[in-house]
Amino acid sequence: MIALSDFLILGAIMFCLGVAGIYINRKNLIILMMSLELMLLAVNINFVAFSHYLGDVAGQIFVFFILTVAAAEAAIGLAILVVLFRNRQTINVGELDSLKG
Amino acid sequence: MSLMLNDFLPAAPEIFLLSMACLILIVDVYVPERYRLVTYQLSQATLVVTAILVMFLYPTESVLTFSDSFVLDRMGSVLKVFVLLMTYFAFFYSKEYLRARNLFKGEFYLLGLFAVLGMMVLISGHSLLTLYLGLELLSLALYALVALHRDSTAATEAAMKYFILAALASGILLYGISLLYGATATLDISELHSAIGSEGEGRNIVLMLGLVFVVVGIAFKLGAVPFHMWVPDLYQGAPTPVTLFIGTAPKLAGFAMLMRFLVDGMGGLRGDWGDMLVLLAILSLAVGNVVAIAQTNLKRMLGYSTIAHMGYMFLGLIAGTAAGYAASMFYIIVYALMAMGSFGMIILLSRAGFESDRLDDFRGLNERSPWYAFLMLILMLSMAGLPPFLGFWAKWSVLRELVAVDMVWLAVVSVVFSLIGLFYYIRIVRLMYFEKPTDHSAVAAPGDMRVMISTNALAILALGLYPGALMAVCISAFAI
Repeated sequence: MIALSDFLILGAIMFCLGVAGIYINRKNLIILMMSLELMLLAVNINFVAFSHYLGDVAGQIFVFFILTVAAAEAAIGLAILVVLFRNRQTINVGELDSLKG
Repeated sequence: MSLMLNDFLPAAPEIFLLSMACLILIVDVYVPERYRLVTYQLSQATLVVTAILVMFLYPTESVLTFSDSFVLDRMGSVLKVFVLLMTYFAFFYSKEYLRARNLFKGEFYLLGLFAVLGMMVLISGHSLLTLYLGLELLSLALYALVALHRDSTAATEAAMKYFILAALASGILLYGISLLYGATATLDISELHSAIGSEGEGRNIVLMLGLVFVVVGIAFKLGAVPFHMWVPDLYQGAPTPVTLFIGTAPKLAGFAMLMRFLVDGMGGLRGDWGDMLVLLAILSLAVGNVVAIAQTNLKRMLGYSTIAHMGYMFLGLIAGTAAGYAASMFYIIVYALMAMGSFGMIILLSRAGFESDRLDDFRGLNERSPWYAFLMLILMLSMAGLPPFLGFWAKWSVLRELVAVDMVWLAVVSVVFSLIGLFYYIRIVRLMYFEKPTDHSAVAAPGDMRVMISTNALAILALGLYPGALMAVCISAFAI
């Protein structure tokens, strides 16, 4: 029997990996977007685990909404990425420094 | 449980707005390029009718609908009317700017309308799910709006930075929501409130972790220090009409988000989130006011000033009384009016190929056009919080509520920072009145734009002389 805490620890580790990926990664915007997705998936694990152990279905319904929104978000993010690449010929995070002050 | 017609009535403005946005989407596809104005006019008409519907449905008491996931209450109705008003002005100001730069397309207005729908859902959200969906509808539309000017390097870079950090904020907020759900087994705001208890009896480690994540997520979305990195870049990089839009209406929705999550949902933990807000407020006031001094770009400077103003807005919430919430709401509405005027002035003075967004572009404005220099003077002094302008009353009302709950030290700290802030607002006044202009071209703006911006700035002066009416509206929003 897998305990609730095991799922929560897995979720927390995935979430931390996602946040770390955003802060440590200085090379590639696509990896950054993958980190964002990883964070949302960690949240989904939390929701499903809580929903199962609480015997309440609302958490699982929330997961469907998160999945849908994440898909829309990825679509917009990749669209911005394409536009950015056309303007700058790079997707290197470190080179996004024209706005400063 | 079946839905009756009456259940749809409280959401009538949102339903109307959604239907019209979809209709305009189709109309815009079939309208030839030279009749593009039709999209604009339809959007403006939609906003006006939606505002009338909201006012028509102004409730005497809170009404819940859609299985308690949507609430119609006075605070929400007042905020929605102002969101629609701000959007109307934002669309109006941006018309000529977009035309001159070949950006006058249906997308701007459609994305704007969907963002407004998101804000209205967020304002009326009464379950963690509706709040999240409203927030995302708002954010997704804004990401695309920032990148509207596809060939601009600065705009696309700003869009990318905004996207990454706002998506990170959503992730953090969601993680917080999942923990709240785990701790209380409910998504409903009222049930969340009763599960926590009015004095926080239901407090446990999972709940507190959830609270921390939710506060961080909201602070990110509002751009409070230390989660403010995206604000100046976004304000500077985005096209001015988009900055104007993002800097006004969504701030009202952000206030509603704070109220729904922290006050309506977790009112029992007021002592805990109050301390976090104190920290955020002091840091925002300090960084916003001090760093703004070093800026040479007006849009970027206004970005830092937004951060500082968010700090003031937190002060009323920290006071934690109904009068304090009313003062915060008054503050955020006043701030949105002032920001609208300031960005409107930048749009007014710009022309194709010239953005007019550097401080130097305002040098000697008094010689070029005394009237606009005077309007800008009103806006800047009001932002700085000098009497008799509206901005003074906004600051005064939040500070009064802080003193009323014996937090005099915090009031003193915020006054000190607003004195520091005075410096960079006054610097613009000095540039306009006491320096020689480098650019002698006359201000070329169409007549209707001149009338609107004058109305906007003079309203700040007039409301500053008679602040009672607007204040009374805010207080009545929290009177039960």
